[in-house]
Amino acid sequence: GDGALRPLYMDVQATTPLDPRVLDSMLPYLTAYYGNPHSRTHAYGWESEAAVEKARRQVADLIGADSREIIFTSGATESNNMAIKGVARFYKSRNKHIITTQTEHKCVLDSCRSLEAEGFRVTYLPVQKNGLIDLKELEAAFQPDTGLVSVMTVNNEIGVKQPIHDIGEICRARKVFFHTDAAQAIGKIPMDVNDMKIDLMSISGHKIYGPKGVGAVYVRRRPRVRLEPLQSGGGQERGLRSGTVPTPLAVGLGAACEVAQQEMEYDHKRISQLAERLVTKIMSEVPDVVMNGDREHRYPGCINLSFAYVEGESLLMALKDVALSSGSACTSASLEPSYVLRAIGTDEDLAHSSIRFGIGRFTTEEEVDYTVQKCIQHVKRLREMSPLWEMVQDGIDLKSIKWTQH
Amino acid sequence: VVDHYENPRNVGSLDRNAKNVGTGLVGAPACGDVMKLQVEVDENGRIVEARFKTFGCGSAIASSSLATEWVKGKTVDEALKIKNTDIAKELCLPPVKLHCSMLAEDAIKAALADYKLKQHPKKEESEQKA
Repeated sequence: GDGALRPLYMDVQATTPLDPRVLDSMLPYLTAYYGNPHSRTHAYGWESEAAVEKARRQVADLIGADSREIIFTSGATESNNMAIKGVARFYKSRNKHIITTQTEHKCVLDSCRSLEAEGFRVTYLPVQKNGLIDLKELEAAFQPDTGLVSVMTVNNEIGVKQPIHDIGEICRARKVFFHTDAAQAIGKIPMDVNDMKIDLMSISGHKIYGPKGVGAVYVRRRPRVRLEPLQSGGGQERGLRSGTVPTPLAVGLGAACEVAQQEMEYDHKRISQLAERLVTKIMSEVPDVVMNGDREHRYPGCINLSFAYVEGESLLMALKDVALSSGSACTSASLEPSYVLRAIGTDEDLAHSSIRFGIGRFTTEEEVDYTVQKCIQHVKRLREMSPLWEMVQDGIDLKSIKWTQH
Repeated sequence: VVDHYENPRNVGSLDRNAKNVGTGLVGAPACGDVMKLQVEVDENGRIVEARFKTFGCGSAIASSSLATEWVKGKTVDEALKIKNTDIAKELCLPPVKLHCSMLAEDAIKAALADYKLKQHPKKEESEQKA
């Protein structure tokens, strides 16, 4: 544009850039091959359909599924809505109870809430301080009419990885359907729907270097999972999701999945190294920094740190050359911090002090080093400006202070 | 707001034990906003020095920075007239950040109240002696 430099992008959990290979795969379908994949009578339709079916196979291959089990959607939000509401409503005559967790994405929580208004009962499992659910609590939560368990694989705010294998076992043993929102997980860690006994899975295009506006939902065929469609129409996608499948977007999602499968091992290794570098450098230079979420059971590319005595939004403002996100809600209308941080028991003031660093396929070592250097510099500066830091340095116990309310 | 945030005026501390220094500490870490504002008042009741420290977002830092600028040179009574709406207007704060200016007003009042409290015991003492 005007030649101004743009910030470094360290917010991959929010969205990712298109991988150039994905863009390449999409271009023909945005230009010459513009047919509707459901047009049965001419070459435009046939070539478009072939492309969609190829993409479907690519998505299925990434998760060990059959391509007939992949339904294209507009994104993981729609997939989550379909999986949760669709399954609940189909089986509602015999199953009225759903189990999920307190740290799920808003679209899962909101889908559950809307089902409660329809007469379903929902158990929102708490998580431990490390962000993981307690398997014993999950087992205890089952009721005779539990029909669905929904637990996300990798959390988008703090990066923790739930014990999907174990959850799958528990659900299969009780013949209860297991849905997982895998938007942040697929293409980054190995996922196999049979190994993990997953019955439904939500997939997002723009979290894995694919296009925005497309996702998929995996719906198991054996044993058969039925669901009531959300969207009525011409019966596309096995009647589960009517609407013209957007060929270029589906092609992009398929390509993104194939590329991710190829790059997964290399990416994971490189991202782990960069993540280790970032955390170690920051923590060695700056005291009173807390990493939110389990150190071990996590996806390395999502790092959520709380910097005590420094407020998150002010730190984000200071790091204006880096695109980041915070766990504080000074940016939201209420003064309440992130519900995920609250669920893991983060003290309210620390919750206002957190920043999420995202490291992805295209993040360089230089970008990490720059971010680290600026972060250290500004945390130190903001602490100099902080009355809380001053009081702590003077040996005052902040928990003993009677603060004024507002 | 960005200017006050990047180049805050009057960051720091005054001696809280000095008789002519009033200290106000308002807000709560749990709300994400804590402001400490200190004023040094001369024998004529005029604020000659002011310092602040803030734990809070950019708007909170800017509001308290502006507050220290505005109180300097005013008498205690004049400073009490500073309204959060003036601060918000000067900084063009959006509705979601208005609480920052309210907290800054609270901080000014708290600092001045603390200063007045420190003056009164002496007054009572001298009145008792007389």
